[in-house]
Amino acid sequence: MAKTYTPIATTTLTSAAASVTFSSISGAYTDLALVITPTIPTGAYDLLMRVGNSTVDSGTNYSVTRLSGTGSAANSTRSTSASGMFCTYYGYPTSTNPSITTINLMNYASTTTYKTMLIRSNNASAGTEAIVGLWRSTAAINIITISLDASTNFSSGSTFTLYGILKA
Amino acid sequence: MAYTYSKIATYTVGSGGILSMAFLSIPQTYTDLVLKISAKSDRPNEYQSLVIRPNNDTANGTTRTLEGNGSAASSDTTASILIQNLQGNVATQANVFGSADVYIPNYTSANYKSFSIDKVGENNATTAYADLTASLWSSTAAITSLTIITGNLSYPIMQYSSFHLYGIKAEV
Repeated sequence: MAKTYTPIATTTLTSAAASVTFSSISGAYTDLALVITPTIPTGAYDLLMRVGNSTVDSGTNYSVTRLSGTGSAANSTRSTSASGMFCTYYGYPTSTNPSITTINLMNYASTTTYKTMLIRSNNASAGTEAIVGLWRSTAAINIITISLDASTNFSSGSTFTLYGILKA
Repeated sequence: MAYTYSKIATYTVGSGGILSMAFLSIPQTYTDLVLKISAKSDRPNEYQSLVIRPNNDTANGTTRTLEGNGSAASSDTTASILIQNLQGNVATQANVFGSADVYIPNYTSANYKSFSIDKVGENNATTAYADLTASLWSSTAAITSLTIITGNLSYPIMQYSSFHLYGIKAEV
C-alpha cells in the first residue's frame, strides 16, 4: 500500500539558526505539507518562506492575502510584490510559547502554473489566521527556505517537518 | 512499511448521546496528533461549544478564535481549549453535523502545546459558522489523553457524532 503522507525531511534545531532549508525536494508527490513549530529568543517576528528551483527566489514574486483574528477583532490584509512569502501576521513565533504554522503547497511540481499555498498560523497569545499565498513562477518547487523577517534566529528546539502527499 | 499517518483510535456516539469522551493512553511514539471530529450538540436551535482537555486538565488552556457567520467576521478569546459554534439540534437540520480538524504538533515535548483548529458548519440556513482557532495548553507535560466535553452539560453530544484520533510520525 502506498504511503500518502510521507515525511520527506524533518529538522529539530539543536542550536539557534537563522533559517532552515529543504533542498533537492523530490517532484514525485502531488502536494507538500510543511509543519513548523518555532520559537525565537526575543521579540516577535513574522515567518518568511522563499521557494525556488535549485535556488530560492528572492525576487518580488510573492503575494499573500490574510484573514486574521486577534482575540478581539477580525481583519484582512494583503502584501503584494513581496520578496518572500509572509506566513504569519498575528500567528507569529515568540520566545515563550511555540506557535504552529502549517503550509500546504498544492501542485508544487507543476511547470505550467503559478504556485498557490494555503497557510494557517496560530499564536494563542496573539492571534490566528488563514493565509493564501502565491508564488508567481511556473518553475517546479524543489527548494524551500524558512526564515524570519528580521536578522534574528530561531531558537533551539524549533521544529520543521516537510511531508509529501500523493493523490494515489 | 511504517505508516506515517496512522489511526490511533476512533469513537462514534451511540443512542442517547454523551456528555464527554476521552482518548486515553495515547501512544507517545508519534510526532504530532490529528483529531478529526464530526459532531452536533443536542442544544435546541442554538450552537454549542466543545471543550478539549489534555490530560483532563481543567486549567491552563487559552484560545483565540476568528469566526465568520455569513454576514460578519469577529474574534474572541477564551480561557480554555475550545471548538466554538458546533452545530446544534435544529429540527429542520437533522442531518447536519459540524466538522473540526485539530492539529497538535509535538505533543510529547516539554514545551507548552499549541493547537491549530479549523471548524466548519454549513446548514443552508440563515446563520452558520466557520471558525479558525489558535489554542495553547500551558503545560510542559506530554499529552497522554484528550478529553472532549460538551461546553454545556445540559446538552449532550448527539448520536452519530464521531471522533477519530490519528498519529503522524515525522521520522524520515
